[in-house]
Amino acid sequence: MKYVDEYRDPQIAAAIAERVAHKVTRPWVLMEVCGGQTHTLMRYGIDELLPKQIELVHGPGCPVCVTPLELVDRAIRIASLDGVIFTSYGDMLRVPGSQADLFEAKARGADVRIVYSPLDAVKIARLNPDRRVVFFAVGFETTAPANAMAVWQAKREGLTNFSMIVAHVLVPPAMRLILESPQNRVQGFIGPGHVCTVMGFEEYEVLAKEFHVPIVVGGFEPLDLLEAIGMLVAQLEEGRAEVENQYSRSVSYHGNLPAQQVMREVFEVSDRKWRGIGSIAASGYRLREEYAAFDAERVFGLEDLHAEEPKECISALVLQGLKKPMDCPAFGVRCTPTAPLGAPMVSTEGACAAYYQYRRHA
Amino acid sequence: MDLKLRSGDLTMCLAVPGKVLSVIEGDTAFRTASVDFCGVRKTVNLAFTPEVVVGDFVLVHVGFALSRIDADEAARTYQYLAQIGALEEEGFAPERALPSS
Repeated sequence: MKYVDEYRDPQIAAAIAERVAHKVTRPWVLMEVCGGQTHTLMRYGIDELLPKQIELVHGPGCPVCVTPLELVDRAIRIASLDGVIFTSYGDMLRVPGSQADLFEAKARGADVRIVYSPLDAVKIARLNPDRRVVFFAVGFETTAPANAMAVWQAKREGLTNFSMIVAHVLVPPAMRLILESPQNRVQGFIGPGHVCTVMGFEEYEVLAKEFHVPIVVGGFEPLDLLEAIGMLVAQLEEGRAEVENQYSRSVSYHGNLPAQQVMREVFEVSDRKWRGIGSIAASGYRLREEYAAFDAERVFGLEDLHAEEPKECISALVLQGLKKPMDCPAFGVRCTPTAPLGAPMVSTEGACAAYYQYRRHA
Repeated sequence: MDLKLRSGDLTMCLAVPGKVLSVIEGDTAFRTASVDFCGVRKTVNLAFTPEVVVGDFVLVHVGFALSRIDADEAARTYQYLAQIGALEEEGFAPERALPSS
């Protein structure tokens, strides 16, 4: 595939890694924010290709992983109601709630369906006017325009049987939380290329300046990530702290304006609870008042259902880059992809799942 | 390194590039394209990329094109990377016999 295969050339990858090794004079800790990037790094062994001075820690950029337990519980409660068709991306189905996951709800008779796009959920609502169709809208800024557009289209069509659980989170507030932590070790960030495709990277300049931390917006293929790492190391070695754009074939400074317009029309910024981390101010989206009829938590009256996070799971520390998955005593023993304690072991974007899949036998 | 595209690459959070084969015109919010991903065709909404025409590559996420891939920028990035590859390759063979003078 064009724009994929050429960015996976092992010879060029080795050459870029060699360049980084020439450039580096002391240890640096870098974080890739996005879970998709974590998987590329693990799958292609990029961490092992790099000089020992470069330590990669993995960020909170897995939307499935940071969706709070109580939202999973609310989803299961709604899915289990008569007359409901519950739709979700596949990743969410095995995320454990307090007692069960959505797969178990499905096994007990709930009508839970995996969709590829939020528009598929709208279509199901259109075709089933006598059923209430609920979509689990999980995601970062990358996914927000699609979910916003689904609501916008449903409203325009006058659909009254469609709603969504909005679990949208934003990247910059999470990066700020990491940078403000007294235990922070991160000295440079690989910025999330697909989030920035939507949002641009103006808001990352504020972070770079305030915390004097270099940020390189990176793509998702092995060579993209290696180049981004090389650019970060160059900045760190030279004492610079700027925002640079490695992923220029997709990311522009202002991002995708039509997408931002639909997001602003449908969503507003709100405080959000992050799984294992707690509430972060202005770190997510909720539906605007004009779209309240599409807010499943209001429609089904579940805003007061709360839940405690399991104690043994250290995902909060993993998501902030303070611990590696293998530091967890439960890793691979009491927590595996088939019997996960926490979401990072479930999601294809989760750091624990990536380590389990690619590093357990190393 | 295993560098093949796997089926698991098409997960929720990733956006993948595909080639626009045809466009079905309509209201901006409902304009769609048939997009080819390594032989798999999918219908993709073009609401956020009104500039897209047949033959373009788009980055697709959960059924929506999020950007039209900038071919010039892509060429520039790749040429730079390939150049590093070529330079380092030469540098990797120091024991190669130098032409005698």
